[in-house]
Amino acid sequence: MRASDTIVVEDLTKRYRGGVQALAGISFTVREGEIYGLLGPNGAGKSTTVRILATLTRPDSGRAVVAGHDVLREPGQVRRKIGYVAQASGVDRWATGRENLLLQGHLERMPGRELRRRVDELLEQLGLQDAADRLVNTYSGGMRRRLDIAMGLVHRPAVLFLDEPTTGLDPESRALLWADLQRLRAEGSVTILLTTHYLEEADRLCDRLAIIDHGRVIVEGTPAGLKAELRGDRVTLEVEGNASQAVRALDGLPGVLEAVPNGTEVIARVSEGATAIPLLVTALERAGVAVSAVTLSRPSLDDVYLHYTGHRYRGEGEPEEASLAAGAARRA
Amino acid sequence: MGWFVSDTFQLLLRHVKTTLRIPIWILVTLVQPVIWLALYGQLFRRIVDLPGFQVASYIDFLTPGVVIMTAFFGSAWSGMGLLSDLNEGVMSRLLATPVSRGAIIAARVLHAALTVVVQSSLILGLGLLLGASFANGLAGSLAVVLVAALLGSGFSAVSNGLALLARREETLISVINFFGLPLTFLSSAFIASVLMPGWIRAIARFNPVNWAVEAAREAVLGSDWAMVLSRASLLALFAVVCGVFATRAFVTYQRSL
Repeated sequence: MRASDTIVVEDLTKRYRGGVQALAGISFTVREGEIYGLLGPNGAGKSTTVRILATLTRPDSGRAVVAGHDVLREPGQVRRKIGYVAQASGVDRWATGRENLLLQGHLERMPGRELRRRVDELLEQLGLQDAADRLVNTYSGGMRRRLDIAMGLVHRPAVLFLDEPTTGLDPESRALLWADLQRLRAEGSVTILLTTHYLEEADRLCDRLAIIDHGRVIVEGTPAGLKAELRGDRVTLEVEGNASQAVRALDGLPGVLEAVPNGTEVIARVSEGATAIPLLVTALERAGVAVSAVTLSRPSLDDVYLHYTGHRYRGEGEPEEASLAAGAARRA
Repeated sequence: MGWFVSDTFQLLLRHVKTTLRIPIWILVTLVQPVIWLALYGQLFRRIVDLPGFQVASYIDFLTPGVVIMTAFFGSAWSGMGLLSDLNEGVMSRLLATPVSRGAIIAARVLHAALTVVVQSSLILGLGLLLGASFANGLAGSLAVVLVAALLGSGFSAVSNGLALLARREETLISVINFFGLPLTFLSSAFIASVLMPGWIRAIARFNPVNWAVEAAREAVLGSDWAMVLSRASLLALFAVVCGVFATRAFVTYQRSL
């Protein structure tokens, strides 16, 4: 553990009553001042990890240190240093935004005068000053989310946990929230651990990220680094008929690094997209597989995910980028 | 200890504000006592003529009973607020702060007690409007409010404890419906205990609702203050036991996460 590591997670396991294995030995470290992402589908163990780090749940085994304090041995010290914004909002709908912030600040042990100043400052920063004295019940989803984040920040925590911060937000509110988080990172005063099932969000916001599935880290790195590790281009071929038969036809062709079936598609990673496409299509037709659409793209986090898990990324609500692209190609 | 008191106060303030912002609830909880007093008060007016009843006016007799019954039912539902905190993520947010854990339960119980104080005063006033006269005046009425608040504290602690263990609204609703009316009718809320069948009277001796009804009635109409004090002490003990139960339930809840 280095001095600059703000969060250290070592081999956490957790099995819920009822037998669900939520965590199967997850380990990662988050450095001071960075935004670190846990990316994975629903049920991968992201929320459980965050709940353990926020002292809300106890792991079955393993160790976790947050801002210099062990979450099991010194939960009280950890709570003073963290802000926790859960997936379920957790604000009081029958209180105003300001009242929510003031109560949160009191419970976070902030002295009164400083707290009132801080609340004004946060309301202004997050563009909530006009709505400050209205009941939260009247807020839009985006406003409520910004208030959630303000609640997490009111006591200037060293670490902020954001569990699925933009789930359920419209694209405009999501963009606003991303801008807020980017500004926070620029200020550099808080280390942020966020979970998301949006590839784009992880790509945009995170300095480093871990892709997790079935309760363990599959691969960790910077978004750019992870994508760079995958050489070549991605070719998505929509085929009529058996995708696994198509994969057999492509395996071993010169220039094909990897071919994976995905429903009615075959996703091939090739060293040089432009020259590979005619070869791929010819090989498939020779094997009796008709190709209805072809798209070429640079590797995305989706490909990183595919490469390490063997299956396509299916985040809830994620736009089906590949099939949209295929549709566009067909129309063209 | 300092944080316990200040956190309890802050959280209590939150609950009180919420109640005042949904005033319909205050109204709804008062509709029933109005019906009990106005309707039953009329319907069973002649019941006092039965030999052994010992009270001349049924509305005098009924009002303290309705105060206690309303305190009992109102506080038994107190766990619903905590359930909505659990479901909306408010509880998780609170538990991730250094907030005093005891304050979370204490604020709920105090809020229930405070609500009972307001409701009891209103019902006593309503009884007066409907022609009741309380021999012991203001002192008696204050004692009724205190007894009702003690009972309310106990049952709100039970309700919050059950909410933490069951974590489902359905469970809480069925438990309250299952025990609510029996506990009321196994008491002298509506009829003098001398007129109850022996077995009911025997059960009623162990029923906290009945302790409160007897104490409240004696406080407004009677003169046996030793009895009022002994019932009030029993109710205080009951509230403490329920408070311990709720606190243990909270620990169980946190461990189970």
